[in-house]
Amino acid sequence: MAERKILLDSTLDSVEVAETAVLGAAREIGFHEDDLHQLGMAVRESMVNAVVHGNRYNSRKKVHLSVTKAVDRLTIVIADEGDGFDPNSVPDPLEEGNLLRQSGRGLLLIRAFVDEFQVLPGQPRGTEVRMVKYLAKAS
Amino acid sequence: MSVKISHRQVGDVTVVDAAGRITLGEGASVFRDMIRDLAAKGNKKILINLNEVSYIDSSGIGEMVSSFTTVTNHGGQLKLLGLTKRVKDLLQITKLYTVFEVFDDESSAIRSFA
Repeated sequence: MAERKILLDSTLDSVEVAETAVLGAAREIGFHEDDLHQLGMAVRESMVNAVVHGNRYNSRKKVHLSVTKAVDRLTIVIADEGDGFDPNSVPDPLEEGNLLRQSGRGLLLIRAFVDEFQVLPGQPRGTEVRMVKYLAKAS
Repeated sequence: MSVKISHRQVGDVTVVDAAGRITLGEGASVFRDMIRDLAAKGNKKILINLNEVSYIDSSGIGEMVSSFTTVTNHGGQLKLLGLTKRVKDLLQITKLYTVFEVFDDESSAIRSFA
């Protein structure tokens, strides 16, 4: 298992940096294009949540990215230093009355594009998102 | 590349050709500004051509929904043309296929506004 940790600023540029880092690792262990696209979207949505909703673009707060390669999977952890987040507080974007809401679809897309997804309280604060994508399931 | 967006007139239908990535930041805001401007100027039949759009994130989807609402509130119609498989998948995951009218062929899309 090879783990790479990256400390990122709370900017939209960091979203691109994280996506590039994760996709590089995913290519190394053999994910194909459609899976790479899905992984990239999951990372992008998680990073946007961390930068925009978690750290609120605060330049004193960082986003902690961890990418761990195994032969059959990629594990990505994205943690912010915000005030914490309850995923159950997000209205279900698939409910009829919510279909025309402008926002609130990020978690839905992440869940659709990775095999495992957890939202945990960060330590000591903030929110930690853990995602796993399996090579065999994805292919 | 961020989004490149332009519009042309086909009869009384305004076709918006988008290319690139519609994502949080410049891409989504350029898209939003153009649709709002078209709606404010009285364009009531708007067809968004997404054939050259390689990537849309949840913010981009949000802007499409917001554009749909804006145009509808102005008494108009907004429809989609030329979705790639990945964008179609997004609309299915988000159930927005039930909201948007989607076309593969421009002529059929134009005729549908009549």
